[in-house]
Amino acid sequence: MPEKKILVVDDDPYILMSLEFLMQKNGYTVVVARNGTEALQLIQQEIPDLVVLDIMMPDIDGYAICEFIKKQSALRHIIVIFLSAKTRESDQRKGLELGAAAYVYKPFSTRSLIKEINQLLQ
Amino acid sequence: MSSWIIAGTALGYLLLLSILAWSAESVRKKGKSWINNGYVYALSLAVYCTAWTYYGSVGRAATSGLDFLTIYIGPTILCALFWPVLLKIIRICRTQGITSIADLVSTRYGKNFSLAVLVTIFCVLGVIPYIALQLKAIATSFDLLAGATGNTNQSIWKDSTFYGTLLLTVFILFFGTRSVDAAEKHEGLIAAIAFESVIKLVAFLAAGLFITYYVFNGFSDLFQQAIAQPRLQQLFTLQETNAYTSWFSMLTLSFFAMLFLPRQFQVNVVENLDENHLKTASWVFPLYLFVINLFVIPIALAGSVLYPATTVNPDLYVLNIPLDQERYLLSLLIFIGGFSAATGMIIVETIALTTMISNHLALPLLLSTNRLHQESRRNLSAVVLWVRRGSILLVIGLALLYDKLVAEQYSLVSIGLVSFAAVAQLAPAVLGGLYWKGASKNGALAGLAAGFICWMFTLLLPSLAGAGLLDNSIVENGYFGVAWLKPDALFGLNSLDPVSHSLFWSLLLNSGLFVLVSINSQKGTRETFQAELFVDFLNKEKFETEPAVWKNTASLPALRLLLQNFIGTDRAASLFQKYANRHQIPLNTTTADPRLVQLTEKILAEVIGSASAHILVSRVAKAEELSMEEVLNLLRESQQIMELNKELKRKSVELTRATEQLSAINQQLMAMDEVKDEFLYTVTHELRTPLTSIRALTELVHDNPEMPETQKTEFLAAVVRETERLSHLITQVLSLERFESGKHSLELQTIQIKGLQEEALSDIQPLIQQKKLRIEAHLSHPYELVELDPALIRQVLYNLLTNAIRFSPESGTILFEANVSGNHLEISISDQGKGIPAASLELIFDKFYQAPNQILKKPEGSGLGLAISKKIIELHTGNIKAENREEGGARFIFMLPLSQTNH
Repeated sequence: MPEKKILVVDDDPYILMSLEFLMQKNGYTVVVARNGTEALQLIQQEIPDLVVLDIMMPDIDGYAICEFIKKQSALRHIIVIFLSAKTRESDQRKGLELGAAAYVYKPFSTRSLIKEINQLLQ
Repeated sequence: MSSWIIAGTALGYLLLLSILAWSAESVRKKGKSWINNGYVYALSLAVYCTAWTYYGSVGRAATSGLDFLTIYIGPTILCALFWPVLLKIIRICRTQGITSIADLVSTRYGKNFSLAVLVTIFCVLGVIPYIALQLKAIATSFDLLAGATGNTNQSIWKDSTFYGTLLLTVFILFFGTRSVDAAEKHEGLIAAIAFESVIKLVAFLAAGLFITYYVFNGFSDLFQQAIAQPRLQQLFTLQETNAYTSWFSMLTLSFFAMLFLPRQFQVNVVENLDENHLKTASWVFPLYLFVINLFVIPIALAGSVLYPATTVNPDLYVLNIPLDQERYLLSLLIFIGGFSAATGMIIVETIALTTMISNHLALPLLLSTNRLHQESRRNLSAVVLWVRRGSILLVIGLALLYDKLVAEQYSLVSIGLVSFAAVAQLAPAVLGGLYWKGASKNGALAGLAAGFICWMFTLLLPSLAGAGLLDNSIVENGYFGVAWLKPDALFGLNSLDPVSHSLFWSLLLNSGLFVLVSINSQKGTRETFQAELFVDFLNKEKFETEPAVWKNTASLPALRLLLQNFIGTDRAASLFQKYANRHQIPLNTTTADPRLVQLTEKILAEVIGSASAHILVSRVAKAEELSMEEVLNLLRESQQIMELNKELKRKSVELTRATEQLSAINQQLMAMDEVKDEFLYTVTHELRTPLTSIRALTELVHDNPEMPETQKTEFLAAVVRETERLSHLITQVLSLERFESGKHSLELQTIQIKGLQEEALSDIQPLIQQKKLRIEAHLSHPYELVELDPALIRQVLYNLLTNAIRFSPESGTILFEANVSGNHLEISISDQGKGIPAASLELIFDKFYQAPNQILKKPEGSGLGLAISKKIIELHTGNIKAENREEGGARFIFMLPLSQTNH
């Protein structure tokens, strides 16, 4: 079975660094994007199995990216997990309504996050 | 002339009147009215001109000269006062159902029964001689025309007075008691009265014209002949010593007579159809008086010239002269004129007196006996009508009696003046009652009684004595032989003529006692209430919305039955229904609404007088009279409620305003709250980001002991940096909060601009070097002193400079300029970066503002630096702004006053 591919999108370099390590450690292929523009490009280019998506980014926000994925039949199957410091219930609801599989608050636990990803990708 | 012709003419005239009256009433039934206009009203007022005017004025003028005129000046003065006085009386009577002068007095003083009785007796006694006077005038004129000698010893059946009176009585019985409701207008009668006023005027003018222009050759001829006789000269001047007092007392008497004589009250008030008629009457009536008096002096002079000897009664000059000229037809017309003057008066006066006698004497007497009370289920209106008819007979009978026994001895005018003096006694009680709230029942009783007794002793008894009915010694020696009780000189006052003398004492005692007793007596509740209503009547239309001051409780069926007994089932039902509809009172209850009780009393008052009505209604309605205190409380309460209401309205307006303000403040607060929430949310969001890195990185290091050492070091270094970022952020948030809440006070120092610049630049030296940037500083006044908080301004400069460094391209130049202009220091820091989007120039000073469309997130910084800088500059009362340089790049400029103390 080929390795599953995960795209990690976040504008914070340290978060990106930690996520990249975590995914690789658990046997996934990791692609990283530091902003929305890069993310959109990589999604179409790499067609990952799963996207870990930050919401507040300076150019394009995570909601728009999720919407973009879920609107295209070729991309719709991509699992989206929001990872955000936006902790209002309304933010979470909005994310899940857009078709995300999970909405995880920052700061997050690496252990439960990877457990969640493993389950989703089984 | 044959008695039969004269009697036939008189009878024919009465028949004509009857037809007229009957026609007027049938027209009325068709919903029209002949009499509903001001001219007819004015003509009906002319019932004031009786046989006294017709015959007596000439007699008076022939003996006393001009003073006959005073009798007409009084009413003329009253005409000017129609509006304030008569209108008020009319309105009061209409709303209270008052139908006579006695009723007016009684109602005013708490519907007092004794007052009604007193005034009624008084009026009857006072006015009977006056009616007798009319009978006498008819008889003497008849006898003169018929050539009879007027022998009083004849049998009563041959007496012309008696037959005339009998005819008249039938007429009055027929037209005066057609309706049980005394307040209902006597439409037919008034039409007849107005017609009579025309007849008497025409007849008298005819006599005057005939005598002046036929017997004599006009006024000048007549006056020349009269002047020639020295005896007549005195008639044109006032020579008697007491002439002025006599004039004054006549004026007063006639003024009051016009108001209070029962017949005048009847036509003025009770028969008034429309108060606007007063306007017409106030000029038509005086004109009538003027015209009818035009020929009085000429006729008097003519009589005096033609009959120098006193063989001819001056009262009859007007008839005697044409008769001597053998103008029989004219004489007959003049007789009819006098007949109409007399009958008009008798008719109205009798009806007025009848109403009073039946309502205030007979009916109360009947009602107080048990027999009638038990029979009250029967139709009482028949009883009322029969009582009225009986009263008419009584009045006429008394008048006849007085005529037979007394009147023979006196002239027409002197008899009339006795009546005038009697009704003048009503003045204090009525006028006082209309305009003085303090007037009390006891005062009115005392005053009236005193005036009445005084009048009796000074005028009535002497006239009886003069007729031989009493011992004449009372006139000559005084009552009981006491000299100072002489009827024409009480207490030795002997310089006045008898009428003035009587008027002086009676009115003095009357009004004196009225005022004194009123002041010193306690008033009952009902009395106080009525006083309020009467006195304030024209100002406040209280009657229309009379509050239910009496706590009446009555069974509705009983009340209905009572009213039915007097006015019939249908009318009672329709009146109740109408009233109930208008005031929305249910009629299907067993207990009657207090207002229905009041209505019943008012309607009954119109039938049987207010005092009797009150007695009857109180029998049915258990009237709990409220105590004075309760009434006052009621009034006070409604007053308070009104005030409370006003206060409440004012308060509610205030409240609305306050609510609006509050909601505005609330919205503001909510907006502020939102801002604060938003700020907190943003802060926590900003705090979460470094925390996320710290947690993730440490977890990974912890969970992966096999991690290569270099990676471990990298991760831990990142943790350290993120921790620093976190604590910096917290410091920034706290200091911003301190500035915003105004808790931070400036620690001012005075330093050189150069010193400030050097310190600021030294702070950023490492960063400059790191990015290989160049700093250029231009100071216009490097040694100028400026007062500021150096630590804070240094912080501002650090923020601005680090921003400039961050956005500067590699090896760019940063410009630091400091200029002094006026008393301000202006510092600007420019970079060569890509500048700031125009839309963001102001927004960048907001907390956590991040210019949109940036590819990269700010690498460091909290997002609070500019916000804090702005606060610090504002604390120094300066300002800060951002702009884009023409040559590219951004420039931040702030301005500070050189001194903080005298800006």
